[in-house]
Amino acid sequence: MQGRVSVPTPRAQRTRDDTGLDLRRVRQVFWQISQALAVFAIIGYLIWRGAVAMEYNWQWYRIEPFFYREIDGEIYWGPLVKGLIETLRLASIAGVLAILIGFVTAFARLSNSFAGRIIATWYLEAIRNTPLLVQLFLFYFVLAPIFGIDRFWAGVLCLAFFEGSFAAEIIRGGIVGVEKGQYEGADAIGLNVVDKYRFIVVPQALPLILPPLTGLIISLIKHSAIVSVIAVSELTTAGLNLIADTFMAFEVWFLVAGIYLAVTITLSIGVSLFERSLNKSKR
Amino acid sequence: MLDAHAKPLVEITGMCKWYGDFSALFDINLTVHEGEKVVVCGPSGSGKSTMIRCINQLEAHQKGTIRVDGVEVSPELKNIEGIRREVGMVFQSFNLFPHMTILDNLTLGPTRNRGISKKEARDLAMHYLERVHIAEQAEKYPVQLSGGQQQRVAIARALCMKPKVMLFDEPTSALDPEMIAGVLDVMIELAEEGMTMIVVTHEMGFARKVADRVVFMDQGEIIEVAEPEQFFSNPQSDRAQLFLSQLLGH
Repeated sequence: MQGRVSVPTPRAQRTRDDTGLDLRRVRQVFWQISQALAVFAIIGYLIWRGAVAMEYNWQWYRIEPFFYREIDGEIYWGPLVKGLIETLRLASIAGVLAILIGFVTAFARLSNSFAGRIIATWYLEAIRNTPLLVQLFLFYFVLAPIFGIDRFWAGVLCLAFFEGSFAAEIIRGGIVGVEKGQYEGADAIGLNVVDKYRFIVVPQALPLILPPLTGLIISLIKHSAIVSVIAVSELTTAGLNLIADTFMAFEVWFLVAGIYLAVTITLSIGVSLFERSLNKSKR
Repeated sequence: MLDAHAKPLVEITGMCKWYGDFSALFDINLTVHEGEKVVVCGPSGSGKSTMIRCINQLEAHQKGTIRVDGVEVSPELKNIEGIRREVGMVFQSFNLFPHMTILDNLTLGPTRNRGISKKEARDLAMHYLERVHIAEQAEKYPVQLSGGQQQRVAIARALCMKPKVMLFDEPTSALDPEMIAGVLDVMIELAEEGMTMIVVTHEMGFARKVADRVVFMDQGEIIEVAEPEQFFSNPQSDRAQLFLSQLLGH
């Protein structure tokens, strides 16, 4: 090209990438994948070796009834599936409540009301600076008998208030992140406070709130395992019971962990798809 | 020009405002009658914007009274939204709602505050969008428009509330030079239709053409109020003379 060093334009680069197989890139990807596989293989080998050394008797063939049983052509769900359903029920109720509590607390902290700010701050500091396990015992042994609630709801409320305190700070951050001019624009056309937040502030805070809130819901699902200590019959409790019955600790815990992983990863993929569609509509 | 029988729409008497120890506004007295166009000018930091932001209480004043159409506005006023609905405001930075289409930006106020139907609000919005020469952009989002177009949308949004008075807070200061004329044209048309306007601006050509009175402010005080002809040719105060010489001197 007239003696000049030819630098490919981005478009030329793209077509080149699209058409031919770039051997260097292929080798690079292949090398990365092999590295990851090697690490997994080493960990797997160590576990297997350890299990062999302690003469652990793997019994993967026995796990099917943990999920379901077929008797006379009818399917009966096993303890892990029932536990999963209970975990999902627990986490979704607690999640919705946590977000509600988060919004109420965030608005209370941002409000002009001195009482509202004080109560919200006390709630946040108390919940965030005490262990979840202690809170759970408080809810179950102290508050539950006083208000006459059962163990399931004691667990739900405890998780909701715990995660709600973190949700409050996430939501407050999102609301504070909305530009001041937007509030003034809403004020200038005479919107009342409720409309201002409903139509202007919250819709614009949502993209800021959503990613950290997803993280929060995921940690709520994981934290929900703790209610097994008050014997709510969710996934972790189901796992504990199975181990007590079968002594298959390794298999059961791997399964339980795998199920939590499947749920949380599905959730985060779902939310990131939702976020993408949200951004698309906004351009 | 001024109708002697016009009623006072905005009355500011003895208004003061402080930020901590800093006196932002001191003893502001200004009455704007129905149909009057007032241009407020002065060096930056002179309190022009703060003054007009007090009129619809985006800023609270600490002393004195402000009346809009006979109703006193104050930070304690319960129904401040009621006043704001009668006072249109156009900002330097447009403050359009980026998550809504142009049309939704315009119809939100009327449907929520005036209790009119979606259909009526739409017609109203299209009417005003045509008046600011931008009707074909109704379905777009604010980011897809140029600055000048966005500011004209902001004017239309304020007009949709059928305000009694319009406040303009440096409406052309954030615009590229080639966008300014379009916005000023819309404002001139509005003035010709008899809208009551209070305009903070550095556009002296606009002031000369449209203003019934020019208010000159410096360091939080009103220094001089005069008709534009007199203000520009023969300013009374030293500070106004200095300001004008700096503004027009090159």
